[in-house]
Amino acid sequence: MKHKILFIIGFCFFASNLFAKDIPPITNPPIFVNDYANALQAQERAALEQKLYDYFKQTSTQIVIVIEQSLEGDDAFGYSQKLAQSWGIGEKDKKNGLLIYVALAERKMRIQVGYGLEGAMTDAISKRIIDGILKPNFKEQNYYNGFNEATDAIIKTIAGEGFTNDRKAKSKGFPWGLIMVVVIVLISVFSKGGRGGRRGGGGGIAEALLWGTLASGGFSGRGSSGGSGESGFGGFGGGGFGGGGAGGDW
Amino acid sequence: MKKGNIILLSILAVLVLLVFNACGSYNNMNEKRTVTEGAWAKVQSAYQRRLDLIPNLVATVKGAANFEQKTLTDVIEARAKASSIQVDPDKLTPENIKKFQGAQGELSQALGRLMVVSEQYPQLRATQNFSELQSQIEGTENRIKVERDNFNDAVTSYNVYIKNFPQVIYSGMFGFEKKGFFEADAAAAKAPEVKF
Repeated sequence: MKHKILFIIGFCFFASNLFAKDIPPITNPPIFVNDYANALQAQERAALEQKLYDYFKQTSTQIVIVIEQSLEGDDAFGYSQKLAQSWGIGEKDKKNGLLIYVALAERKMRIQVGYGLEGAMTDAISKRIIDGILKPNFKEQNYYNGFNEATDAIIKTIAGEGFTNDRKAKSKGFPWGLIMVVVIVLISVFSKGGRGGRRGGGGGIAEALLWGTLASGGFSGRGSSGGSGESGFGGFGGGGFGGGGAGGDW
Repeated sequence: MKKGNIILLSILAVLVLLVFNACGSYNNMNEKRTVTEGAWAKVQSAYQRRLDLIPNLVATVKGAANFEQKTLTDVIEARAKASSIQVDPDKLTPENIKKFQGAQGELSQALGRLMVVSEQYPQLRATQNFSELQSQIEGTENRIKVERDNFNDAVTSYNVYIKNFPQVIYSGMFGFEKKGFFEADAAAAKAPEVKF
């Protein structure tokens, strides 16, 4: 019995390490287009990044591209599934992540689809995007065209899932923080005016309130959404990949 | 009298501690069991998805001129057998899992053969319907792989936990038995190679 268990544990350890390639760490800050193989020009990468970032801001759906030089003997499905899951692509409650993985040396690609997107992004559609868009473009080494058209097609397809970005909706809501500050400023001005020469008192309290509000992040909604376009989107943390998607080579 | 009281109190305290400990163990074992049952439901629905795809696949393949009959009937029979073996989440014994895995493994092999044979029918492979079915079957095999791995992880965690001290004292008492998991045997672990 003991031997059997030891054997099983040993086997699992062995089997999982035999061809397993290490998952690269998430770039800090996280980005959508992870080109480890330099297949894209700098401005191409930036254009894709901007597009996927804008799409994320609109819908909270995370479409991530990973391009690597080689799978180093690992299996395309198993590796990209593990990568998508361990990075945690997508939002946790929505499971709306999608990974396009490409290994240049093996000429292999995978589209991994999170649970939340499986309804619209079926395996058959994933396959159609691989065969119809990625494959012909990659054959001509038009990597940018391939990714650009494929992401367009994916975005069009998953529009049916109707995800919206709640976080954005919140920060775009009524600017209560701003109103409060205005009111406090007004109070402080009026109380100062009314009391003539006497300083302190009401004005002091109002001022304290004003600075208190600012310090405690009365504007937090506005502050965080004002970040410059490209870098940092709050990161991953979801996951929820069940093996949906498709693969292919070129 | 006083000494008697102290002894009585300490016995009581030990008993109370034991009961608390048993409760905690019970809750944890119960939670882990629930996780394995949830994972099993996902395993079954992944396999069910494959069963559901097969009638469509058979119909499509039948449409191709004189498709080899034997391969087709093998798939139909294996499907019938596989769909007759379902395992309830509260009966996840090693024997039941093995039976389930065996039946599904036969279906995997029959399906694999069908895919290989289909390569001799280029006009069939060229149809949109067939190629989409192929990608669906491939996706389903991948889902099965993922859910099986998740299930095995859950069962391993449960099996180890109920045999650890002090749970091992209570697990038998409360009816927490060792559960079976999928073994990586050559026949069933090998998903049919679907070439494009």
